[in-house]
Formats: sequence, C-alpha cells, structure tokens
Amino acid sequence: MSEAPKTILDIRNLDISFKTNAGIVHAIRGVNIDLCKGETVAIVGESGSGKSVTMKAAMGLLDSNATVNSGEILYTYTDDHGREQTVDLLKMPKKQLRQQINGQRIAMVFQDPMTSLDPTMTIGKQIMEGMFLHKNMSREAAKARAIELLNLVGIPDAEKRFRNYPHQLSGGMRQRVVIAIALSADPDILICDEPTTALDVTIQARILELIMDIQKKMKLSVIYITHDLGVVAKVADYVDVMYAGKIVEVGNVNEIFYEPKHPYTWGLLSAMPDLDTEDDRLYSIPGSPPNLLHEPKGDAFAARNQFALAIDEKADPPLFQVSRTHFAATWLLHPDAPKIEMPRELQDRLERARKEVEKYL
Amino acid sequence: MTEPLLRVENLQQHFPISRSYTVKAVNGVSFDIYPGETYGLVGESGSGKTTIGRSVIRLYNPTGGRIVFNGRDITGKLDGGVREMLRKDMQMIFQDPMASLNPRKKVADIIGEGLDIHRRYTSRQDRADQISEMLKKVGLSPEHAARYPHQFSGGQRQRVGIARALIMHPKLIIADECISALDVSIQAQVVNLMKDIQEETGCAYLFIAHDLSMVKYISDRIGVLHLGYMVEAGTKEEIFSNPIHPYTRSLLSAIPHPNPEVEKRRQSITYDYATSGIDYAKGTEHTVGGTHTVLATDEELAAWTKA
Repeated sequence: MSEAPKTILDIRNLDISFKTNAGIVHAIRGVNIDLCKGETVAIVGESGSGKSVTMKAAMGLLDSNATVNSGEILYTYTDDHGREQTVDLLKMPKKQLRQQINGQRIAMVFQDPMTSLDPTMTIGKQIMEGMFLHKNMSREAAKARAIELLNLVGIPDAEKRFRNYPHQLSGGMRQRVVIAIALSADPDILICDEPTTALDVTIQARILELIMDIQKKMKLSVIYITHDLGVVAKVADYVDVMYAGKIVEVGNVNEIFYEPKHPYTWGLLSAMPDLDTEDDRLYSIPGSPPNLLHEPKGDAFAARNQFALAIDEKADPPLFQVSRTHFAATWLLHPDAPKIEMPRELQDRLERARKEVEKYL
Repeated sequence: MTEPLLRVENLQQHFPISRSYTVKAVNGVSFDIYPGETYGLVGESGSGKTTIGRSVIRLYNPTGGRIVFNGRDITGKLDGGVREMLRKDMQMIFQDPMASLNPRKKVADIIGEGLDIHRRYTSRQDRADQISEMLKKVGLSPEHAARYPHQFSGGQRQRVGIARALIMHPKLIIADECISALDVSIQAQVVNLMKDIQEETGCAYLFIAHDLSMVKYISDRIGVLHLGYMVEAGTKEEIFSNPIHPYTRSLLSAIPHPNPEVEKRRQSITYDYATSGIDYAKGTEHTVGGTHTVLATDEELAAWTKA
C-alpha cells in the first residue's frame, strides 16, 4: 500500500430502527463502514445481524416502516463534468436517488437469481433497460453493449442467448445475467448480497472468480454481504464482522483470519469445519442471536459468549484498536482485562492455516 | 463383516415428462450403508442426490434396480408388513425447516404424528412423555410442545424436524440438505446434535449435502454423484486425499478455504461434462484400492491415474 486509496463510500454512525406490530426493532445500532476505490469489503454476519439492511439503506431500498435515526452515507464520485462530488445518500430525495445513483453508480446483485429477473422479458431486454433509462443509448448501441456484457460474464453464444427468457437458463447462467444487468450502466460500486448462496460450490467458485476478474478490468469497488467465511477469504480485502446491528470487528482479511480478537469471530471461524478438522465435536456458538425488539443491555454477544466478563453485562464495549486497520469491540482488549486466549481448537486451526500458507509461498 | 442395513443395487429413477422425453435422474447407482455409519452423498444440484434419498424411502417408485433395507426387499409393491417396517425404521429430515413443518399443528402433534399413526403409545400420558423426552434429547424444552412452528427460530425448527424423525427410533435417517438453510453458527449446533444422537442410538445416516467440508466432517464414507451417475465412491480419506475422477477434483477444488493467503492464490479446476469427452454411460466401476471405486472406461482411468 503506497498511497492511501480514495474513500468512495463512507457510512458514518448509521442507526436504523423498524416499526413493527410487536414494537420497535433497533436493527442497526451505529455502523461505520469505509469502502475505498477498487477495493473489496465483505460484511459478515448471521441472518438478522443487519448486514443487508445497511446496504439497502445505501441503495434507498429500505422498507417503509424503517426510520433512519442518525448517521450519514457519504458517496464520493466524479460527475459528468469531471468534478468531484460528495453527497449524503440518506438526505437525497428518493427520486433523485433512483435517477442518478441506483443502477447507474451503485448497482446491486441480489441473492436469488431465480426471483430477481423478470420472467416475462428476454434477458437481452432486461440488460438494455438500464442503458435506455440511464444512458439514453440508441437501441443498436445498447444491443451491442449488452452482447459485449454477456460475453464478459462468460455466457457462450451471447447473440443467441440475448433472446432467451430467464427460465431457459440454469441458475449459474441466470446469476451471470444478473451481474451483466448490474454492470450495464458502468457503476462505481457493486453491492453483492449473498451472490452465491443459491448456487452450487463449483458454480460459486466460477461466479466469484468472474466478479473478481471484472472488478480488476473495470476498477470496481465491491461490497459483499455474506455469511460464508470461505467466500470472504477468497474475495475480500477488508472484513467487517457484524453482530446484532453493530460492527464487532473490522480489519484486513489477514488480520481477521489469522489474528481474530473478538470471541464472536472466533466462534464463526471455528464453527466452519475446514477440510482437516479432526475434532470429535465442532465448536459451536451456544444459543441464538438476540432479538433486537428488546434492546440488549451491555454487550449484545455476552449471553452467548463463554469468555464474557462482568462488565459485558453492564456496558457495551467500544472499538479497541489492535493495529492501524484492525479494531474489535470486546472488553477482552481492555488493558485491565484478564488475559484470555482463543479456544485451543481454533489455535490449532490457525496454526495449520499458517503452515498451509508456507507451503504455497 | 456385518450385513449392510441398506443395500442399493443399480437404482434407476426416470421421470417421463412427455411421450418422447424422459428425465433420467438416477442411472444405475449402487451403494451400501452399514448400521451406525454415516454415508455422505454429494453432488451439484440436478445430480440426483435428493432423488436417491426420496427413492430409497419410497416417496418415488424406482424405475429399476433393487433396494434392500433391513434384509427385506423394499422395491416394487410394498405389502403391509414391509411397509410398516419401512415407515418405522427409516425416517427423513428435510431441507427447509420453514416449509417442512405444518404451520397449523402444535409441535407436540408434529412430533407425535408417527406415534399416532403407528399407535406406539399406551396412554395419553405415555405419548406426552415420549414427546417431551424427545424434545429434551434435541435440546428443546418440554414446554415447547404446546407452541407452533412459527414461534421458533430456524435452528430450533430443524431440531423439531430431527425430533420428529427420531421418535420412531429409526435405524436409518435420511438427512436431505438438513443444514443448508441454517446459519453457520447454528449449522455446527445441529451437526453436533446429529453426532450425539448417532452415538446414543446407533442409527445410520444418509447425509445428502453439497457442502463438502461439512460432509467430510460428518461422514464415514462418501459417494460423489454427477448427472445421475455415481462417479466416485470410497471412504472420506480415499476421496479427499486421492480424488481420481475429474469431477470430484473440480468439486474439491471449488471448496472455499477459510484461509485468505491460500484462497487468493488458488484457482479452481473447471470441469465441463459436455466438452470433457467423457461418456458416463460407457464407464464401468473400477476399484482403485480399498473400497475406493471410480466410474470410468479403462483408458480414462489410466489417463487419470497417470497424472
């Protein structure tokens, strides 16, 4: 890292709650995320941790019962006249957001390729739609560009496929079409919400490699939302671990995987067996995520944390700095905290991982 | 060697779609499951793994082949005794815990349905006792019996699904992608629970999944399926340390490792059946040592093992 890359998306202190029949659900409780140009950030967490909601806020796709209590999402871009602009996406009128940002500058790839395409339109038409709306392209230019995109995402016989309907394609091919649609207006930022969860492992690997490849070619910044740590290891530069509407640990990918500090990250890493796991039992995080209907007092993870300290019940830990890029919100990092090591199995695992790396170098 | 609990011989399952078109979902698959072991079936979607599970428990009528369970032939028309035995001794856990539980029934009645059908209780008290014991066994509390499925989280619902399968004290449980719909931290809880139950009751599992690291963790032996053919089978050590079939290799290479330095350098092996020039129908089963078998022609096997 020679010079600091430019921050393109800056989420500051975001706080969102939902009004439901059962009461107010405080889903996002002060989230900070930075995304720099050309880099990949992965947001990891269980379902209900608020990872999708955060990104929906950036896209202006929040449900009508959501209230943004505080925070800003600053997006920096170069406008058509070459000037640098910074806007707060949360303050922008919905209409302007739709016309100028969504799809055009920030595009999203959704989880399920089966339901995110229109079954009554040919895939060619669906790819061209964005170009007509955002770029005022002529039909011929748009078609040429659409076929180019289909080739880029690795769909063979692009000319022929152009006239196909979504049901004529397999799941992997459909996800490629969704990616092509997202790329149709040359966005700066691509948000991938669990892009491969609905796909098989073999196809998953190919789609991830495809996104990485396109990212390099088009200098995209990518945000992945996922719960699969294997995917994170493959694609991410920086990782944000989310739990109960908060970021509990952030760092670059090596720091998170080789020197995790937060007990929740320990749990996530140990719960996923690697191919050499020989232990009789998998380590599992006991219990289930908290219900945010009732605001947790102190650290939200304390109830499931076998290393919880007395203070965890009383006060929410701040983010402690571990290194220049690595922060974790756990009282274990406080200078007065007792020295607690990560679980034995995980230490062994990390040791194996380091050895494996040496083999590759 | 003991008798296998389940023996599947040359199973074929075809679905006629129209007069001229038949989907051949399973083409001559054979495997055995011994009492108390876990057999993992892996493959991509459309490879026929779920179909095999459903044919074995006779949700489908197999087109060809033989399935012997507990020493009795369970293919063809089932007579009363065999059906009773099959329905009691083989149970299934389904993929989607949200969709596989009747939303209008209380958990007690979902779990107790098998007891009701087979009249396996002496009094109402006995039925309630059996149900609450089962709830405890899967890590839920007996008070949960009076609740409805929507009042549970995904992991808890899957526990209800497991309790429903276990209450008949089955010898074989078919677990069809039973952890795919759960979060990572919950997956580990459910897998641990399944292992504990196996230790306690000695039941066998047919574990169907596409998550290879989990399959490796839980299974004793593994069969790799592709397009309705069993392309490779063996113990998990044989499959993972010495994969021979190119499809198995590509499948193994596609597993993401939670190890960024390695993962960023690794390229997955791609395998495309259409262009590979392999015809599964021509291959025969070759034993390459131990219980490790590969579907291949002689030339193919020579080429794959040489490299």
